[in-house]
Amino acid sequence: MGVRVAMEVSIAAAEAAKLADVDVIAAYPITPQTHIVEHLAELVADGELDAEYVPVESEHSALSACIGSSAAGARTFTATCAQGLALMHEILFIASALRTPIVMMVVNRALSAPINIWNDHSDIMAERDCGWIQTFAENGQEVFDLTLHAFRVAEDHRVLLPIMVNLDGFILSHMIEPIDIPEKEEVRRYLPEFKPAMRLDPDRPISMGPVGIPEVYTEAKKQLDEALVASKGPIIQAWDEFGKIFGRHYKPVETYRCEDAEVLLLTMGSISETAMTAVDIMREKGVSVGLIRLRLWRPFPLDELRAAVKGADTLAVVDRAVSTGGPGGPVCSEVRSALFGLPNRPKVLGFIAGLGGRDVTLEMFEEMVNQSIEYAKEGKEQFYELVGVREL
Amino acid sequence: MKASEKTGGIIGWKDLELGCALIEPGTSKGFKTGDWRSQRPVTDKEKCIRCGLCWILCPDMAYRPTEDGFFDSDGNYCKGCGICARECPTDAIAMIREE
Repeated sequence: MGVRVAMEVSIAAAEAAKLADVDVIAAYPITPQTHIVEHLAELVADGELDAEYVPVESEHSALSACIGSSAAGARTFTATCAQGLALMHEILFIASALRTPIVMMVVNRALSAPINIWNDHSDIMAERDCGWIQTFAENGQEVFDLTLHAFRVAEDHRVLLPIMVNLDGFILSHMIEPIDIPEKEEVRRYLPEFKPAMRLDPDRPISMGPVGIPEVYTEAKKQLDEALVASKGPIIQAWDEFGKIFGRHYKPVETYRCEDAEVLLLTMGSISETAMTAVDIMREKGVSVGLIRLRLWRPFPLDELRAAVKGADTLAVVDRAVSTGGPGGPVCSEVRSALFGLPNRPKVLGFIAGLGGRDVTLEMFEEMVNQSIEYAKEGKEQFYELVGVREL
Repeated sequence: MKASEKTGGIIGWKDLELGCALIEPGTSKGFKTGDWRSQRPVTDKEKCIRCGLCWILCPDMAYRPTEDGFFDSDGNYCKGCGICARECPTDAIAMIREE
């Protein structure tokens, strides 16, 4: 048996990486990710973790170093957010295309400008097409669990893809929550030693990342797309295995009080806990409402989402980022696309809330649900609106 | 027989190595890159003093020493840049337009 301790969620993420026995950490500190890499640097400096800590000069270098270390056969970890993730942009696509199983925490924060260090999902939504597996945690325990899960999935020879574990900046990363920390032996049972499928080795030279002329580029993209889509099986399997060993069960899409619900909210990340409370309050008042939460964002859980919305009249999607000038928030656009052509699909309404650290309150969820019911009566499907924006 | 042998080196996505890696060294030799050349070097052996500057200076390593001490350019790799002709100390190399 492990222990249950009160711990800052960032520290829990670092402790998970430690229990995963990482070999290399290359990272650059940036608020609100700092505590994760600071704690790992301490663990390495104090001799509690036998790993190479590479203090690079930028996030571009951080991820480049991670690709090198992963290609050399080392279990590799990093963390970043917002501007740091944006600075990694070009390297993100290379990490997935080279099939390096790096694990990265993304502590979601708003992108500048205006400069804003607080939480929303504009950083990750700008990177959704980079070929990484992407999961979203709701609470501290899930951050810890998804980190262990990430190593297991990334290094699975049927997968071999990098993974981002997303957690909301401050409102999750800086909370102190009770975390169940398992014994090292249990973690070893779940997470075998990293055996690279292919690695840089002077005795058996290979080239990773050669030029891909027009005759091969399409095939290379197809290979990556197929790999990402096919990773869903091993992702679910690794969650099932996690449940067997640690007793906590995870799925790509969670539903809460969705049975016979007329209106469904759809959220990602830590606001889902507030949304569950809002659903309880509204259910007390007799509103027929439920909640869908996407834990898995890439690969997109198409079948699970379609099954979850079955029977509902109205689906209110809560985005945490603006697709400026686009047809809706990024999550809403994808959900619409996923349900397109589905018989008896619910009307999809887009709400964008909680930008740059603005609170998403219980009352706001109630407003969104009431608004959706009204729109549904009018037979209206708006593209999107910004909740709580001041129209003065 | 590998799929690539049946199709003259053109393979489908299922046969690509993981992450499009090259798993054997030296494969760029098999990649013929000179087909877009608009001119090619021709050496006048009467003028050539066999100094090897063309071989040394060729940016694509398209020149090869021959048994009789001269240097031949390999049309599979030569891009026709003309550096060899320009640097030849005896003006033994002429650039001929490709038809």
